Amino acid sequence: MKSGSRLERLFAAGHFVCTGEVGPPKSASSRSISRHAAHLRDAVDAVNLTDNQTAIVRLSSIAAGVHVLGEGVEPIIQMTCRDRNRIALQSDLLGAYSLGLRNVLCLSGDHQAFGNHPASRNVFDVDSIQLIKLVKDLRDEKKFQSGEACRVEPRMYIGAAANPFADPFEFRVVRLAKKVAAGADFIQTQAIFDLERFKRWMGMVRDRGLHEQVHIMGGIVPVKSAVALERTGEVAGMVVPPELFKRMQGAPKGKQQEEGINIAVELIEEIRQIPGVRGVHIMAIAWEEMVPEIVERAGLLPRPQLEETGPQARE
Amino acid sequence: MGMIVAERKSVDEIVRRLDGYGSILVAGCSECVTVCQAGGEKEVEVLAALLRLRGFTGVVTDVLTRQCDVEFLPALDEKAAQADCIVSLACGVGVQFLAERYRERWVLPGLNTKFGGGARRPGVWEERCGFCGECVLHLTGGVCAIIRCSKSLLNGPCGGSQDGKCEIDAEVECAWQLIYQRLQGLGRLDLLSEPIPPKDWSHARDGGPRKVQRPDVMAV
Repeated sequence: MKSGSRLERLFAAGHFVCTGEVGPPKSASSRSISRHAAHLRDAVDAVNLTDNQTAIVRLSSIAAGVHVLGEGVEPIIQMTCRDRNRIALQSDLLGAYSLGLRNVLCLSGDHQAFGNHPASRNVFDVDSIQLIKLVKDLRDEKKFQSGEACRVEPRMYIGAAANPFADPFEFRVVRLAKKVAAGADFIQTQAIFDLERFKRWMGMVRDRGLHEQVHIMGGIVPVKSAVALERTGEVAGMVVPPELFKRMQGAPKGKQQEEGINIAVELIEEIRQIPGVRGVHIMAIAWEEMVPEIVERAGLLPRPQLEETGPQARE
Repeated sequence: MGMIVAERKSVDEIVRRLDGYGSILVAGCSECVTVCQAGGEKEVEVLAALLRLRGFTGVVTDVLTRQCDVEFLPALDEKAAQADCIVSLACGVGVQFLAERYRERWVLPGLNTKFGGGARRPGVWEERCGFCGECVLHLTGGVCAIIRCSKSLLNGPCGGSQDGKCEIDAEVECAWQLIYQRLQGLGRLDLLSEPIPPKDWSHARDGGPRKVQRPDVMAV
């Protein structure tokens, strides 16, 4: 085992893994995190904690991870390169591990122009691929970026993102290969709406044998309305096929939420059939309470139990 | 021509800072800021005229060969001695060189120094260099990822690249799309499979104020 995290053990045991996501609040209260974690507890295997997503200041992902852990849920802390240099990133990895956190998702991070502090500076001392390597160097080589030895190393299970819907399309699988070579253990993809393009991408992934080197999870975003779906399609790097939009628009008033759930369930069922896909990552931000129903209808309940190795020890 | 690109501050901002000063020297520079039409002879006279319209009576002007070279500064000494305040229409280097020379004079910047760039067409200047101190253009096919990628990614493009545009603005080209196309055209896409390690930023501003010393030039 690289990290011994619950997530790693589930993949190792061959399960089709299901993860969720919680966006920490714009406040110093942990109440909403604990509430959402409780909603997700029996529906997913682990929960991502976003790191100041869309460059809006929120309670830190590491602190949120500790609150989630307190609810008996496995946390995956997201870590972006936007706000911290290599000193702060390594420091936070040490701290996160000492608090019992075992999974980290390495991201570039949304540009701060999107957020509520557009006048801030960005850092990007390292990029997401360099961050993956940094986490792996700490874990497997027991060394800091300076080359110095780390006496008690943080043994993190390393996640990364992949966006099959961004351009240039042919490069997307090369980028995935770079992330795998850098040390990614699992991948969560951008939200899938364009199933055909995702299938084409997975074909390229299999051609390179990458599905055997990394655990790929398909991203799912349930949408509440046709308007929400339209907005999602406008985000850079997201593709929403026109047929899907028409289908949402065609749903009668008051039934659009139900149609959004139907679409999410169907997508999960389809994605699950694609060779090489090892799980789904459901991002139902501000709609966490619907996740158990989606997972159940997709036939993914009950979630697997693991023989407990005891609570994750704090170092 | 590669150069420092600058843009004049608004007259309102300049006037606000001149409150209380009687005799004002507006000093231009014949180098980059002349080429990018922000601080040459013409722009110096335009600003002087605008200041006079705002009621400043004691405005005089001059344009130096280069404000960023101490060799040329003495040409300004006489006018500087007569002025209460100097407005430099050079880049930030010129402003500082004047402030260092005229210790008794208040020196104000009349421009915002923007970037290292060039003219794409009349009236449009684009950034091309961020002065990172250790050029990596050989890795990226001659397209600078440090300054042209919004996130300075060395292993791009990120997931926000779509239709050749950057996630921050549909008007901004994705540098990594440009890099991809350029390397594809040259048959060197293999370069993009190699991860580029973290950059040594100590050569950039992050390492503190920088200095280039050339003994071979000093000896001449």
